[in-house]
Amino acid sequence: MSLGRKLACGILALVLCASAAANWLAPAGYARQYREATDAPPSRTHWLGTDELGRDRFARVLYGTRISLLLAPAAALLSTFMAALIGGLAGYLGGAWARLAMAVTDLFLSLPWLFLLITARALMPLNVSPLVSVEVTFLLLGLLGWTAAARVLCMAAGSLRSSDFVRQARAAGISGQRLFWVHVAPNLKPVLYAQFWISIPVFILSEANLGILGLGVAEPMPSWGSLLKELEGLVSVGEEPWKFVPLILLIVVVTSFQFLLSKQEEVAA
Amino acid sequence: MRSLGWKITGHALALVATLLLGGFLSATLVRLAPGFDTDERELDPHLNAQSVQALREARRQDHNIFHFYFSYMKRAAHGELGTSLALGQPVRRLLRDRAPLTLRLLGMGLGLAWLLTLTLALSAAWLRLSVYDTLTTVVSGTFLCLPAAVLALLSVLWNVPGALAIALIVFPHTYRYSRNLLVKAYSRPHIITARAKGLGEGRILFWHVVPVVTPQLLAVAGVSVSMAAGAAIPVEALCGLAGIGQLAWQAALGRDLPLLVNITVLVTLVTLLANSGADVIGYVVRGREA
Repeated sequence: MSLGRKLACGILALVLCASAAANWLAPAGYARQYREATDAPPSRTHWLGTDELGRDRFARVLYGTRISLLLAPAAALLSTFMAALIGGLAGYLGGAWARLAMAVTDLFLSLPWLFLLITARALMPLNVSPLVSVEVTFLLLGLLGWTAAARVLCMAAGSLRSSDFVRQARAAGISGQRLFWVHVAPNLKPVLYAQFWISIPVFILSEANLGILGLGVAEPMPSWGSLLKELEGLVSVGEEPWKFVPLILLIVVVTSFQFLLSKQEEVAA
Repeated sequence: MRSLGWKITGHALALVATLLLGGFLSATLVRLAPGFDTDERELDPHLNAQSVQALREARRQDHNIFHFYFSYMKRAAHGELGTSLALGQPVRRLLRDRAPLTLRLLGMGLGLAWLLTLTLALSAAWLRLSVYDTLTTVVSGTFLCLPAAVLALLSVLWNVPGALAIALIVFPHTYRYSRNLLVKAYSRPHIITARAKGLGEGRILFWHVVPVVTPQLLAVAGVSVSMAAGAAIPVEALCGLAGIGQLAWQAALGRDLPLLVNITVLVTLVTLLANSGADVIGYVVRGREA
């Protein structure tokens, strides 16, 4: 493992541990309001200051990181599963199935991702409880983000279908489900892992975009998107630099994922 | 040329299929959306029971989804795309009023993005300096890790034009592919030989590199239109630019589905046209090459 990857792993582990220990590091929670100290600068009691409602920003960053870092992989798992189901099966079956699956995939891919997301998000009720809004946001990311991965998996399954060992297995009388589960599916695993890892930073960034646009996780639940929304009210960068901490954390985490991804992308290619 | 004809026909059929399918999905979404079956005019206390009943009767035939779809498509074919629920204006007029700004923004953004991409990618391929390569990769990688909406917010903060924000959103994606393509092209044996024989850089670029990378670059250019269209939502919404992206955002916040689905179908058609155009031009270039 290269130094860059080791560093990326270390950073991700540190951020994960800090967010997992949010209850201990910020026992007051993300929603408690300190009304005597609204929009306060960093101090010994509030390390990153408070927001305009008097909520501790450090606590919100920790809890928001936990939500984004737990649910983005969950959404990635869902999208990878759907991609395996649609793309993998279509590629394995080949012929008209593969063509149909690819036509649907192409149609989805021709839609700009953010347009698709906000259209689907608008179909859901917007005035839902914060917990439901978290679930809806990440569920949508998972349900809509399978297309690119399905394309890759369809190609991989298609090339496996015409590979020598699968032909040999067919010639030996193995067919149907056994051929798929014993011979094809295990060979798709590296591509599946790669697609899973590639999806995580994409979903983190998508949630952030939705959050800033007011279509993501609802208040008072924090997420990176809702935390970044605070930047909207800034007049200059130097005025309240501590408000940039969520952004810096997001960049560091996504960059760490990118470092880990370079190996995964080689597998996917 | 016959196969070029087939290619264009194939793309045209795909566009028509997308239009029909997109129309069907739009109609279905509008039909199934909450509030479709209600009319706020029914709440008007001046209307008597017969008038309310007449309003309900007028909507009854829309209950059949296929009838609704055909009437929707018929109206759409005549350019009548319905009325925005949130803004109370015809969708067609809204689109017509806002499209020029978005097209200008996308055109300028894409132009800037490609200027930046080609300048940096070509210089990376020419110089082949690891320091320069690392620097450009770090710069593009940093922009890749920034959400599009944050770039839009920063452009407001620093008073930078929205087109530049779009360029910086698209640039890291296009740069990565273009750089790899150009570096690969420059490491081909015949180009190394041409360099060794003392051929000028300009001649190598225009005679040996450009023809090789053009089809792939055109494909990336087609995809970049879709990226730029997606970036238009946060940029227009957060920079206060009254274009199609801002309209889509307002429609999403107001759950204005008739407007939102029409915008989505329109943007899909534009991106499909861009991709098809890039594919056909790439095919012609490859044909000339052969």
